[in-house]
Amino acid sequence: MAEVITLEYTVPGDDFTRAGEASADMKSRLKKLGLPADVVRRAAIALYEGEINLAIHAHGGCICVTVSEGVIKMVLADKGPGIENIALAMSEGYSTAPDEVRSLGFGAGMGLPNMKKYSDVFDIESTVGVGTTIQMEVNIS
Amino acid sequence: MGEFIHSVILNKDLCMGCINCIKRCPTEAIRVRDGKAHIIAERCIDCGECIRICPHHAKQPSYDPLSVLENYAYTIALPPPSFYAQFNNLEEPDLILAALLDFGFDEVYEVAQAAELVSDATRHVLQTEQVQKPVISSACPAVTRLIRVRYPDLINHVLPILAPVEYAARIARQEAMNKTGLPAEKIGCIFLTPCPAKVTAFRAPIGSKKSEVDAAVAVKEIYPRLLGYMKKRQTAENIGRAGRIGLGWAESGGESAGLISTDSYLAADGIENVIRVLEDLEDEKYSDLDFVELDACAGGCVGGVLQVENPYIAKAKLKKLRRYMPVSKNHLENHIPHNMLWDSDLEYAPVMELGETRAESFSMYTRLEEIRDSLPGLDCGSCGAPTCEALAEDIVRGNADIDDCVVLMRQRMEAVLKALGKDAEKNAKDAAQAQNPLPL
Repeated sequence: MAEVITLEYTVPGDDFTRAGEASADMKSRLKKLGLPADVVRRAAIALYEGEINLAIHAHGGCICVTVSEGVIKMVLADKGPGIENIALAMSEGYSTAPDEVRSLGFGAGMGLPNMKKYSDVFDIESTVGVGTTIQMEVNIS
Repeated sequence: MGEFIHSVILNKDLCMGCINCIKRCPTEAIRVRDGKAHIIAERCIDCGECIRICPHHAKQPSYDPLSVLENYAYTIALPPPSFYAQFNNLEEPDLILAALLDFGFDEVYEVAQAAELVSDATRHVLQTEQVQKPVISSACPAVTRLIRVRYPDLINHVLPILAPVEYAARIARQEAMNKTGLPAEKIGCIFLTPCPAKVTAFRAPIGSKKSEVDAAVAVKEIYPRLLGYMKKRQTAENIGRAGRIGLGWAESGGESAGLISTDSYLAADGIENVIRVLEDLEDEKYSDLDFVELDACAGGCVGGVLQVENPYIAKAKLKKLRRYMPVSKNHLENHIPHNMLWDSDLEYAPVMELGETRAESFSMYTRLEEIRDSLPGLDCGSCGAPTCEALAEDIVRGNADIDDCVVLMRQRMEAVLKALGKDAEKNAKDAAQAQNPLPL
């Protein structure tokens, strides 16, 4: 059986009240599929971090999740400013988030590191002025 | 399905089959089928929201009648701290406790006493880090049930200590046996319950194999009877044995405040808010919290559906009652007594999964999406399911039919009528022509 389930979301930019809707929706759907609790949790955490990034840094973007029996793939794409130095952006505690975002409790510089930590495959491509695409995979044991 | 026993029942004669309860239910556990509301047993957490919202009083809590006292040779009343906040112009709980004895109970054991011991034990658990932080309170049975069916990853955060009422019953029964020499079964430990969730907690306990609480009578039933006794006696001796911490458990935040040892806690009340917090806890959004207190009812136990007083007025009364009390009158001796700990584990009950196997769940999910997309998306509830998505899920589970959607049905009817109408027009024309054939 090679059934694949696709979930698509659009994340609006700079709207923190809505950031988290996509990961919450994905989570409830993954639970219906009977996936292991730990897998659901890791995917939801990684996607939430990505969603926040899309809202804070990229003026929004889109998320495409595909779920097959062996793996959850999450692709986050935006047409934001792009990341100049990916290695630096990946280091814990580094953040370019503006002060008003930090005052909301975001922008601790743990977004990308956490996305990597909670996923089994993490890949990031970015071009300054063009946008960023992140691909994450969480294996279903 | 013995473990999914509930204390919310339906009076079919009163149920109009409206959509109020299905829309309000936080776990989408109610459907209207054949014009009457049905509870999906494994999803219901006994929060009582449907009792609150039903305009026809068809949803009713189940509890024991006051006559249950007659079943025992020796009866012990277990009043919860929220009970004290139901009365006007009280300076001390003593008058209530004395009135309970006048009413016919042989003994009163305040749940607030046991609550202070549970607070001590919780402090100990936090200090020794025996349970994964943040530790989630297990005092509200509706919340514990919710975690069991929806948040498997949070199960090992749940405090494995008996709820105060359960521990109160254990101590009170033992004390009564020592005092009277009666066997355990002749002694009735009777809780004055603020909610149906507690009733379920005694009938189908989580964490303990058997509940020591023998019966639960509703606050709203005993309250008016007690008023008479209180009026008659006017004064009472100083018999209250609980302090500020014990009484604080009546309201949201009280259990946490009673920990004293930490101010890194969160207290949420109202079932929708509780769900939001649990979702976030599952996503590890609050990493440095020590303790999480969750109450299904707005305001905490003072907001229970079987209480008589407005929860916020009750809170104000509670503040006044606690004012001159000592912080705590009950303490543990260094260790947590063995009989205060859970003797059975909280186990995940996966009720949200669609199929028996993952493959089956996947194909059912694909069908669910197809059906959902064909539905109008109005979430009107007229089919008896709370949302179009829930109807789609019911259909793939084999519990509903696409024809249950009244909007689709109307569209189909209109199409049929239109077709019939054209036919009728044509038939009429044909008939007219047959009667008055046009001249050639």
